[in-house]
Amino acid sequence: MKLKLRIWRQKDANSKGKLVDYDVDVNSHMSFLEMLDELNEQLVEKGEEPVAFDHDCREGICGTCNLYINGRPHGPVRTTTCQLHMRHFNEGETIVIEPFRAKSFPIVKDLIIDRSSFDRIVQAGGYISVNTGSARDANETLIPKPIADEAFNSAACIACGACVAACKNASAMLFVGAQISKFALLPQGKAERKTRAEKMVAQMDAEGFGACSNIGACSAECPKEISMANIARMNREYFGAKLTSTNL
Amino acid sequence: MSWVAQTLNSTLGRKLVVALTGLFLCTFLIVHASGNTLLFRGDGGQAFNEYTKFMTHNPFIKTVSYLLYTSILVHVVYTAILTFYNQKARPVEYAYSKPSANSTWASRNMGFLGTILLIFIVIHMKTFWYEMHFGNVPIVSYEGQEYKDLYAVVKWAFSQWWYAVFYVISMVALSFHLVHGFRSGFQTLGANHPKYNPLLSKLSWAFGIIIPAVFASMPVVVFLQSL
Ligand code: HEM
Ligand code: SF4
Ligand code: FES
Repeated sequence: MKLKLRIWRQKDANSKGKLVDYDVDVNSHMSFLEMLDELNEQLVEKGEEPVAFDHDCREGICGTCNLYINGRPHGPVRTTTCQLHMRHFNEGETIVIEPFRAKSFPIVKDLIIDRSSFDRIVQAGGYISVNTGSARDANETLIPKPIADEAFNSAACIACGACVAACKNASAMLFVGAQISKFALLPQGKAERKTRAEKMVAQMDAEGFGACSNIGACSAECPKEISMANIARMNREYFGAKLTSTNL
Repeated sequence: MSWVAQTLNSTLGRKLVVALTGLFLCTFLIVHASGNTLLFRGDGGQAFNEYTKFMTHNPFIKTVSYLLYTSILVHVVYTAILTFYNQKARPVEYAYSKPSANSTWASRNMGFLGTILLIFIVIHMKTFWYEMHFGNVPIVSYEGQEYKDLYAVVKWAFSQWWYAVFYVISMVALSFHLVHGFRSGFQTLGANHPKYNPLLSKLSWAFGIIIPAVFASMPVVVFLQSL
C-alpha cells in the first residue's frame, strides 16, 4: 500500500524541528514499527539520516514505542505502536507522526523523548521497604481475589506515557494514580502508604506535569485500559495522607 | 511551607479547592433557580418581591451569600492558576491533534465556558444585585409593608431582546460547564465507585440540563410577555 508520511524531524534537544514528507510503499501486514524500519532502510540507501524512534520489546509490554500518530497517542487503535498494524490505514492515506509532547518529556531527537521524569516519580515512592520473603512466603499473605485483581489491573501500567500525551494538560495523573493504587490496595504496600502518596504527587508536580481536568482522554487512550478510578483513588490517598500523616 | 499551604499549592490540592467551590456553587444554583420561579406566579410580582426582601435581610442567608461571593472568587482564581500551569505543561503544541476521539468538547473547554460565566455573573450582578442594594428600585407596598420592586427591574431587563438573548447564551454555557463539572467535581473528591458511577453520570446530565433550562425560561417567558 502507498502512503504519505509526515514525520517530525528534529536534530537534537536544542534544535527547531519540522514535519518532513516521505512517500513509502509497504505491506499491509507490517506493524507500524516495521513500516518505519522499511522507510529507514530506504533513507540509509539514499545516504540520508534515518528517522530516530524508540522501541524495545515489540510485543506491547515495555512501553517504549511512544509515537503520536494521526493526532492520537499510538494511533487509531487502543494499543501500543508496536502492536498497531498497517491494515488499520487506508491506501493513499497521509499519516502524521510526531513525538509525545510535554514539557516533562523533552525531545531527544526526532521522535525520541526522554521519559526519565516517570522514573523519578517511581523512585520517589514506588517501592516497599518491608521484606516480603521468598516466592513461597507470598502465599502466607492472604489477599482476596477481587483486590488482587484490582491491584493487578493498576500494575498493568507499562509507563508508556500515552496518558500524558493524550491529556490537554499533559497531566501524569493516570500514571501516578496507577502507581499509587497498585501499592495502596495490597497489604505489602501499607507500610509506606501515606508517605508514598505524598512523595509521588510532590515529585509529579516538581516535574512540571499539568493537573487533571477529568476529561478522560488518558484512560480512553491507555493501551492497558487503566481506569479513571485510579485517579479518584490517588485523590483519596493523597488527601487522606495530607490530613493524617505525621510528615510535617 | 506549612503542610496546609503545601497541600493547597499542589495540583491535587488546587483541584480540591476548585471542586469544593464548584459543588458549593451548584447547591446555590438549586436554591437560586427554585426561588426565582416565583416570577411565574402571575401575581404581579408580589411573591417574588417578598422573597427577595427575605433573601436580602435574613442574617443566615446574608452570611451564606458572603460565602458564595468568596466561593466564586476563589473558584475563578484557582481555575485561572490551574489553567496557567496546565498550558505551561505543554509548551509546544501538536502539529496535528484529534482530541474529539477521546474526550468531550465541554471537558476540554471549561476555561472558555467559565469565562463566559464570569462575564455573565458581572453583568447579572450589575443589573440586579447592584440595583437592589445601591440603585433606584421603585417601591411597592403590600398590606402596608414596603418592598423594593425588583420584579419591575426584571421585567424591564428581560423585555430587551439582546439582554434575553445574552441570558440564554450564557445558560447554554452554564449547561456545558455543569454537565462536565458536576461529575468532575465528584471525581476530584475521590468519588468513583461502580455502584454509584451510573447514578452520578445521570445526575450530572439532569443537573446540567434542568437548572440552566429553568434559568433560561425566565428571560424567554418575560420577553414574550412583554411583546
Ligand atoms: C455558577 C457558576 C459556576 C459553577 C456552578 C461552577 C462549577 C464547577 C464545577 C463543579 C467544576 C468541576 C470541578 C472539578 O473538576 O473538580 C468546575 C470546573 C471549572 N470551572 Fe467552574 N463553575 C462556575 C463558574 C465558573 C467561572 C466563573 C469560571 C471562570 C472563569 C469557572 C471556571 C472553571 C474551570 C476552568 C474549571 C475546570 C478546572 C479544571 O481544569 O479542572 N467556573 N466548575
Ligand atoms: S496509565 Fe496507561 S497510558 Fe499512562 S503510562 Fe500507564 S499504560 Fe501508559
Ligand atoms: S516496543 Fe515495547 S511496548 Fe512497543
